[in-house]
Amino acid sequence: MNPNQTKDTILGNLRRNVRETYEKPDLSFAKLEYQDAVAAFIHTATTAAGASVIEMKEGDDINDLIHSAYPNARTIASNVEGVKADRNPDKVEKPQQLDGTDVSVVLGTVACAENACVWIPQTMKERAVCFICEYLVIIVDRKNIVSNMHEAYARIEMPESGFGAFISGPSKTADIEQALVYGAQSFCGVTIILR
Amino acid sequence: MSTLHAKRANEFVKDTAVVDRHDATFWAVRSKRDKMAHEVPEWEELREAASRIKKHTVTHLADYLEMFAANAERNGVHVHWAKDAAEYNAIVLQILGDHGVRKVVKSKSMLTEECGLNDSLISNGIDVVETDLGERILQLLGVPPSHIVMPAIHITREQVLECFRGHGIIEKNGQQAADSMHGDLKKLVAEADPTFLTRCARYHLRDNFMTADCGMTGANFGIAATGEVVVCTNEGNADMSTSIPPLHIVSMGIEKLIPDYESMAVFQRLLARNGTGQPTTVYTSHFRKPRPGSEMHIILVDNGRSDILGNEDHWQTLKCMRCGACMNTCPVYRRSGGYSYTYFIPGPIGINLGMLKDSDVNYNNCSACSLCCSCDNVCPVKVDLSTQIYKWRQQLDSMHHADPMKKTMSEGMKVMFDHPGLYNAALRVAPLANSLPSWLTNIAMGAWCQGHDMPVFAKKSFHRIWKDGLKDE
Repeated sequence: MNPNQTKDTILGNLRRNVRETYEKPDLSFAKLEYQDAVAAFIHTATTAAGASVIEMKEGDDINDLIHSAYPNARTIASNVEGVKADRNPDKVEKPQQLDGTDVSVVLGTVACAENACVWIPQTMKERAVCFICEYLVIIVDRKNIVSNMHEAYARIEMPESGFGAFISGPSKTADIEQALVYGAQSFCGVTIILR
Repeated sequence: MSTLHAKRANEFVKDTAVVDRHDATFWAVRSKRDKMAHEVPEWEELREAASRIKKHTVTHLADYLEMFAANAERNGVHVHWAKDAAEYNAIVLQILGDHGVRKVVKSKSMLTEECGLNDSLISNGIDVVETDLGERILQLLGVPPSHIVMPAIHITREQVLECFRGHGIIEKNGQQAADSMHGDLKKLVAEADPTFLTRCARYHLRDNFMTADCGMTGANFGIAATGEVVVCTNEGNADMSTSIPPLHIVSMGIEKLIPDYESMAVFQRLLARNGTGQPTTVYTSHFRKPRPGSEMHIILVDNGRSDILGNEDHWQTLKCMRCGACMNTCPVYRRSGGYSYTYFIPGPIGINLGMLKDSDVNYNNCSACSLCCSCDNVCPVKVDLSTQIYKWRQQLDSMHHADPMKKTMSEGMKVMFDHPGLYNAALRVAPLANSLPSWLTNIAMGAWCQGHDMPVFAKKSFHRIWKDGLKDE
């Protein structure tokens, strides 16, 4: 069938089959708010999400913190300014060249206390760097922690690259006899550094 | 007189250990969902909001689809429209052919299951690799999913080990898997350790991600205002599938659309809490544009959905976001397993979707409901699942699928209830049945007496006691 014809058939059928229409609802009901969103975020991240959290203090060096979290890492990939890396996701020719990365370091722009989601916009050429590594380090500012996903969606911005993901802790599966396992297809562990 | 569901369930329940495990597993998920619900004070407001957003969107779906397609095309995404499964499969083959694709890595999609995509690809010589761990196990075993969110829950770790061994995965990836856990290969194999097996699959699939020519995903949500799709996974397989190969094909049922980010927040909060009892899926990935040097295609699939919209009793099934909460809570699903149903989606939502797809094939599933209404009470988008199943049952006779024995009994009961004299006479003689040998009455009552004996009739009916009581006053 001609593609435009299919489109017209589907849209025509939908328009013909609507009997009653409904208004978009008002979503201004009260939502979960934490008195201390930072404390709530740390709690959710380290329990339900299974991540580690490091609170950066004045005078701390970011590279020292990364090294203390993953002392055995041989290959670090990042394009974050100030992070010492062996691979740069902006410079690789193909995403496959990022395979074998021990630790990737990326920036998060909004973090959500209710579920430990951190918004990671794609600000690098190859976003595979965010997923292909054995361990992921996310750097996020304390001031960007919000209580719930309504606030998070109001604050996130889609970068020019057209990709962004909320990530909450390491890759998980319970597909084999409901046994919870970290490190299914993507990173096996996550450390969040709160600046 | 049993339905096909009852017959298959009868086979399933023969192994009580399997039934107990299945029941306990899904009841545990249901309990986790309850815990999540209690932690969110505005839970009921969220459900009501989700239901209303979906009602609004599906009753303005043509407008939203046009908005979505226009925005996606502006983002550099190719948008395709498919009326049915055949058109959908042809479009996928066309795109793959244009790019000379030989291997596809696929993240879990119930829509591709619905359209029989994998068979179509394989028969055209394309290598399809499912990347969700559960789906991959089932693909290697050659069996269909038994649940939409936890597809391989009925498979034991020993079966997984045997399957991986048979496909050379233990031999090829076992050592690396053991090393990643600092463990002993022999010991991990002997224990059929779930972490070890998962890691074997991790490195096995890693090889496939590196060499695939195309990544395919479904879409949990499409956002009309921006033209992007949202894919939610726990394993990160959708992200791995789409960040390495140079081609991304999204398959999306047209009912997956929602208006905007404000709406997305409502569904993001509900999906995982209801599906698996987690506060969120690990990944909530937003795909708006193709990667530099890559192509992104979105195929919008109708396959009967626009007709469902016109069905007064069942149009609200279009609100469903496939979280699986209705199956987890369903006492019949939990004790009869996914394979007892004739449709690939089991449980309450599957009964309804199966009837909408083909009632002649799937009417047997209508018996798989005790009308306890638990599904209605948990459904995060308030689909009136059990009411709809009840309505299907009322239509079975006009569809010529009514059970002849039940029909005869119903007609007999109607005669009796319409004639009080006959009813009272029957009631008076009923206690005589008590003195008949049980083998006789139980045979006469057939399936009704499986698992319980014929009830003992009281010497004096309630009717009689009531009347006698009134006389005393």
